[in-house]
Amino acid sequence: MIKDDWVYSEKLKEHFINPKNVLKDEDINDYDGKGIVGNIKCGDEMMMVIKVDKKNNTITDCKWKTYGCASAIASTSILSEMVKGMTLDKAYHVSPKDVARKLGGLPEHKIHCSVLGDKALRAAINDYYLRNNMPQKIETEKAKIVCQCMNVTDKEIEHAVLEGVRTYLELQEHTKLGTVCGQCKDEATRLMNEYIQKHFGK
Amino acid sequence: MVKKQVYMDHNATTPLHPEVKKAMIKGLEEFGNPSSLHSFGRSARKIVEDARQTVASFIHADPDDIIFTGSGSEANNTVLSIFACRTKLCVYCQKGTDEIITSGIEHPCILETSKCLQDKGINVSYLDVDRYGKVNIKQLKNMITEKTGLVSVMMANNEIGTIQDIKTIAAIVHQRGALFHTDAVQAVGKIPVDVHKLDVDFLTLSAHKIYGPKGIGALYVKKGIPFCPLIRGGHQEQGRRAGTENTIGIIGLDKAIEMRVKEMEKEEKRLFKFKAVLKKAIEEKIPDVQFNGHPTDSLVNTLNVSFEGAEGEAILLYLDLEGIAVSTGSACASGSLDPSHVLLATGSSAERAHGSIRISMGRENTMQDVEYLIDRLPKVIKKIRGMSTAYRKKVRKQ
Repeated sequence: MIKDDWVYSEKLKEHFINPKNVLKDEDINDYDGKGIVGNIKCGDEMMMVIKVDKKNNTITDCKWKTYGCASAIASTSILSEMVKGMTLDKAYHVSPKDVARKLGGLPEHKIHCSVLGDKALRAAINDYYLRNNMPQKIETEKAKIVCQCMNVTDKEIEHAVLEGVRTYLELQEHTKLGTVCGQCKDEATRLMNEYIQKHFGK
Repeated sequence: MVKKQVYMDHNATTPLHPEVKKAMIKGLEEFGNPSSLHSFGRSARKIVEDARQTVASFIHADPDDIIFTGSGSEANNTVLSIFACRTKLCVYCQKGTDEIITSGIEHPCILETSKCLQDKGINVSYLDVDRYGKVNIKQLKNMITEKTGLVSVMMANNEIGTIQDIKTIAAIVHQRGALFHTDAVQAVGKIPVDVHKLDVDFLTLSAHKIYGPKGIGALYVKKGIPFCPLIRGGHQEQGRRAGTENTIGIIGLDKAIEMRVKEMEKEEKRLFKFKAVLKKAIEEKIPDVQFNGHPTDSLVNTLNVSFEGAEGEAILLYLDLEGIAVSTGSACASGSLDPSHVLLATGSSAERAHGSIRISMGRENTMQDVEYLIDRLPKVIKKIRGMSTAYRKKVRKQ
């Protein structure tokens, strides 16, 4: 056999073999904020808990658990390292692209496996705000309806892009958007291209 | 130190049998075109026809009824395409018997081709399977109409190993006047196959699943069945498959079958024992597992098992780090978002399918290999479950 070349990057392999900050069952109730996202039916679920230095609003500890593949495990492991010491504001805006870059790149079809980590992190940060009487700090991810006929939102377009949609036709097939009056075509196409750039742009 | 390597993914492909390798290396000198009349051509022709004889006698067919193809997938595509040729002279089109019935657990080369034919206007229906992966015979009886031209059901499933009762299915199909094809790529060389006893009209086999080379398969077509080639433009294979014969591949297939005749029975006994040992050990050492496929009517080399709360790609890659090669029904390993269509067809939950691995053993595996897997697998599952949200929930509920 030729010299072993692992399926993903060396960095990903490192974090897959030795995942950092895995939440142990005995510590399951020891947190300041907790977020759970995803669904095992779709093949992945993520739970993230954070501890916060209340004076400086910085994350002092971040632990996680997941039902997920190698990319999900490794990307969450590296994310949990990245956000320690970060302010809540800054951590909230870490993107899947930042995580993928730290991992030394991810194949396109694996990006959607890595987005759960930062989603869970945002849920945990919001949970912290809620518990500490700071609901005004919560940045709700307001979805905006793009296709009025089929009731499709910008979030759904973003999700479709993360699942591999690249053309307007694919987007229609995936979300049923633009299949009635078709008025939203231009805006939907623009948003789709924006999300492609955001998540997959070089 | 050389890392231990244990290959247990034989349903994906097999290593060349050392004898096959030897025969192929020797055969590389054989460059003549089997269609040429001179001595170089005649020499190659003899090799091709000897191999045809070997393949035929292995499945109890006549050599004239064997067509060499570039793969099992090509053979399967060829059979389906016969019923969708839509040419003026096509007997099936003239008779209006061009509808196809197949099962939901077929290999993608049948399912994708079927879908493509549907897009072209051909009527294709899909048989359900029970929780062990056996096709619904009663449904088949109701599904066949006077318009049905072909029923195609695989002999043994590549993912879960379930073996169908082909003889019964073929009899029902013939009773209703349709033709029957079986994709026997995973069966030939693992279980005895006799095209006469089974009474099939078409049968597909492939070399690389039985320690032969990639790029060579064969299609059995019963005498007298109207045929229409997929690849045109040559008189080879009695005009049924154009293209200069792949002599070196054919040499490999010939030798692979010769070795199967010698080794199959003994090897099956060995693998039967391995599977029993492995299954028992997994049951004893790992809680919350489910085995997929038929408990008895199943390939002895194939064990498909789901681990609750553990995702298949992660299992596969942790085992890979230990040098053990298996495959998984998880979507994450395939690049798609859907888990195994076979497991879903058997009524498995998406979670059970995502958490499944397929262990498929073969001739070079030893009891030490099985023991090595038994030693490493529980540790891998424990590690994954230790960080799993899905497994924690379950424990809590109890």
